[in-house]
Amino acid sequence: MNQLRQRRSFWQRIHIDLPLLIALLVMMAGSLAVVYSASGQNMDMMARHATRMLGAIIALFVMAQISPNTLKRLVFPLYTVGLIMLIGVFFFGITINGAKRWLDIGITRFQPSEIMKLGVPMMVAWYIGRQQLPPKILHIFIGFAIVLVPTILIQKQPDLGTSLLIASSGIFVLFLSGLSWRLIGSSVLLAIPGAFAMWHFVMHEYQKQRVLTLLDPESDPLGAGYHIIQSKIAIGSGGIEGKGWLHGTQSQLEFLPERHTDFIFSVLSEEFGLLGVVMLLSVYLFIIGRGLYIAVNAQEAFSKLLAGALTLTFFVYIFVNIGMVSGLLPVVGVPLPLISYGGTSMVTLMAGFGIIMAIATDKKMLLK
Amino acid sequence: MIKNRPTIRDHSAEANLFARRAFVGFVFVVLLIGVLLNNIYTLQVEKHETYQTRSNDNRIKVIPIAPNRGLIYDRNGVLLAENRPVYNLEVIPEQVTDLEQSLEQLGAIISITDTQKNAIIKSNRRSRRFKSQVLKARLNEQEVAIFSVNQHRFPGFSVEARLARHYPYGDALTHALGYVSRLNKKELSELESQGLAKNYRATHDFGKLGIEKFYEQRLHGQVGSQRVEVNNRGRIIRSLSIEHPKPGEDLVLTLDIGLQKIAQEVLEGVRGAIVVMDPKDGGILALYSNPSYDPNLFVHGISSKDYRALLNPDRPLINRATQGRYAPASTVKPHLAILALEEGIVKEETKIWDPGFFQIPNVEHRWRDWLRWGHGHVDVYEAIEQSCDTYFYETAYKLGITKISNFMSQFGFGDLSGIDIHEETAAIMPTTEWKRQRFKESWWPGDTISVGIGQGYWTATPMQITNAVSILVNKGIHRPPHLVQVAKQDNDVEQMYTEEKPPVVLKNPHHWKIALDAMHNTVKKARGTAHKAFLGATYDPAGKTGTAQIVSIAQGEEYDAESLKEKHRDNGIYVGFAPYNDPRIVVTVIVENQGGGSTIAAPIARKLMDYYFETYPSHTEGK
Repeated sequence: MNQLRQRRSFWQRIHIDLPLLIALLVMMAGSLAVVYSASGQNMDMMARHATRMLGAIIALFVMAQISPNTLKRLVFPLYTVGLIMLIGVFFFGITINGAKRWLDIGITRFQPSEIMKLGVPMMVAWYIGRQQLPPKILHIFIGFAIVLVPTILIQKQPDLGTSLLIASSGIFVLFLSGLSWRLIGSSVLLAIPGAFAMWHFVMHEYQKQRVLTLLDPESDPLGAGYHIIQSKIAIGSGGIEGKGWLHGTQSQLEFLPERHTDFIFSVLSEEFGLLGVVMLLSVYLFIIGRGLYIAVNAQEAFSKLLAGALTLTFFVYIFVNIGMVSGLLPVVGVPLPLISYGGTSMVTLMAGFGIIMAIATDKKMLLK
Repeated sequence: MIKNRPTIRDHSAEANLFARRAFVGFVFVVLLIGVLLNNIYTLQVEKHETYQTRSNDNRIKVIPIAPNRGLIYDRNGVLLAENRPVYNLEVIPEQVTDLEQSLEQLGAIISITDTQKNAIIKSNRRSRRFKSQVLKARLNEQEVAIFSVNQHRFPGFSVEARLARHYPYGDALTHALGYVSRLNKKELSELESQGLAKNYRATHDFGKLGIEKFYEQRLHGQVGSQRVEVNNRGRIIRSLSIEHPKPGEDLVLTLDIGLQKIAQEVLEGVRGAIVVMDPKDGGILALYSNPSYDPNLFVHGISSKDYRALLNPDRPLINRATQGRYAPASTVKPHLAILALEEGIVKEETKIWDPGFFQIPNVEHRWRDWLRWGHGHVDVYEAIEQSCDTYFYETAYKLGITKISNFMSQFGFGDLSGIDIHEETAAIMPTTEWKRQRFKESWWPGDTISVGIGQGYWTATPMQITNAVSILVNKGIHRPPHLVQVAKQDNDVEQMYTEEKPPVVLKNPHHWKIALDAMHNTVKKARGTAHKAFLGATYDPAGKTGTAQIVSIAQGEEYDAESLKEKHRDNGIYVGFAPYNDPRIVVTVIVENQGGGSTIAAPIARKLMDYYFETYPSHTEGK
């Protein structure tokens, strides 16, 4: 009993939630295995991937050390700096592949939208958390404004995937704060003409194409539909048990596009089958459950809202990515969280989990 | 903001509200994961087979493998058409980084024409970059060696051995064997309409002439295939399985290459044709048309210069043996004699007075006999033996064209002989109806008189003349000529019989003997037209000479003043058989513009028969 308390207090002292950490590490181990296969056993890519993972784990540890109180003080400067940088991107950004997402800050290029992935939910959580819950209409509008400004800026880059994720992270805060169901219902009704307006005035031609292709991928099997068709073939041909690690023909023979990044779920499904998919989703569900549990048990409104919103946003990643590669949603450039090869998003994600861990191990919570 | 806070925060109510919302959120998460799983389940379990198939369609490609073409042998097993390895310089454009630069460097060590370079660059711009393309065909040994040493410098380029048709006897057999050449679009679309295109997926060559064309389907074989795994760019990763192609059937011809070469030898320097036939089964022992040409020129694509050379006035491309239309001349006199006997116009002992010409009653015009002073009183034997024209002028005049035409048609005149090559003409067995259609004129009695000595409108091919005499020596049994004896595949041997055609039936079978005896006399008797040519033969020959005034073998021929004189000289014809009492061969020789049958054609037939009976001495003796 004494020993147990001793050990527990060790993890508490370094602000780590052990169940969550183990689940995250399991995901990363899985990621190494799938990326190894998807990259065609490319050891250079593996080294880079592992390095980034290490960086992401460090980010988690660092963020976990910042108490929610300290974090609250950082919210406003973080959000403001992020917003200024997004405006900077709008005017001085670097264009790669037709998208203006990067800012050159001397040492390296970097995407300000990554800051906003944390900045927006933090800012909304901080603002709404100050109010009495459920929030009043005025506060809700201000909350929306906090979300909308960076969302539009990112959408203009254009980066539909990230803007969707950032918008949803802010909206989750509002939802969790007790936004009245009547309001939710009426905004859903408003969303229908809104979607119509989006289609005609906001969306780019390639984005429309993605939606159209989703509805009928076979209409353009060698063009825009190619990604979805090949991905569905990969998933479907995997069957229940899969073709075996390193034996997925769709991925190994390169029929599957972007197989180590956005379409890595297809590789996993092809090689590990339905069993692998169920295991993946189980671990995801556990992480989400754990995140919400921490949120519910957090002491302060800010902590609750932030932890809850970050957790639900994590799920949006999963849903959008898997929905996209299995043909339920249009192709939107969203990686599969914790599994896809690729740097910044994993670092941001793990930093987010660092914040959740900080909330989980907050002293006030322990007092309870 | 702070001053007007209406109520104090109720933390536990807020916590409850949050917990409810978090719970609702979690329920949504579970529901949406359910949606994802349901979709994945549909793909991976319910539609698994469909996607499995599509995945395999992606990665598995079937590459056709061309079957080896059947070989062709002569009757004694001598190889006449074979498949030889040739070395082609090939390139897979996908594996070359800078195609134009590589071609430039390659050009420095092996001569490559601009046409060859451009063909590759052009095809590279189209699709199928992973398919091997022939850059240069038929490398010589030196080029193969030079390339092999430098191969490491040219990734994507390689020397590939392929089988290509080769005709070791070259121009000796062209008109009989024909040749293969590159399968063209028109032939491919024809194959498609016949549903055979699938079998030709890997095939380069196609029979264009002669046996190669006629027996294309037997010689070709069945295409095989190799299943390979490919990546998304079509590069072959590994082989999964092979279904070997089934080679084409081997053909054994009735030709005797030795006799064929003699035929070529004896026609050296003249235009003409030779057909040697075995009357016992219709098998063709030799079929030669001069001038000839090398069929190997066509196998790898003939150059336009070489092709133009073949379009000369001697017309080597024409198969004179089956396409040459000649007046049969006196060679048909035995048949006409039979008809006259059958119709009772003459009897065996009837003698006709030949003053050196024939006149239709009350007509001035004289049809001259070749012997200016006439043959005097001649019976049917003497008429054939000495080739008396007047005898046949008179009998023909009395028979009329319709009877002649009907009877001679039974011997195959005016009809395709049915030989197993496509290059054949039916020539013309004239009738009143034919003349009306052709010239819009009615038939004059004078027209019949020329026909009586195998001239006038009557034309025939050497093949038809041979066949007609074969029917004669078989006493009416009609065994059509054919070139292929046996088709072989593995251990299956198929005899290629040609069905007999309806026989010629005489009211009095003795009339056969009269005609055959008369042909025997032609050689045996001192006054016979072929007597001199066959003096001292070790076998017992019979035959009939013929000398025809010129009938052009081709229509639309250019007027050529230089050769006019030669072209107006007579064609010499000889048709003979031996031994007399059990014929084993029928020989027809036609020599264009070199004079009469007895002086030119008969001695050539003698050489062929001499060779034959030296080679097959047991055939010398009759029954």
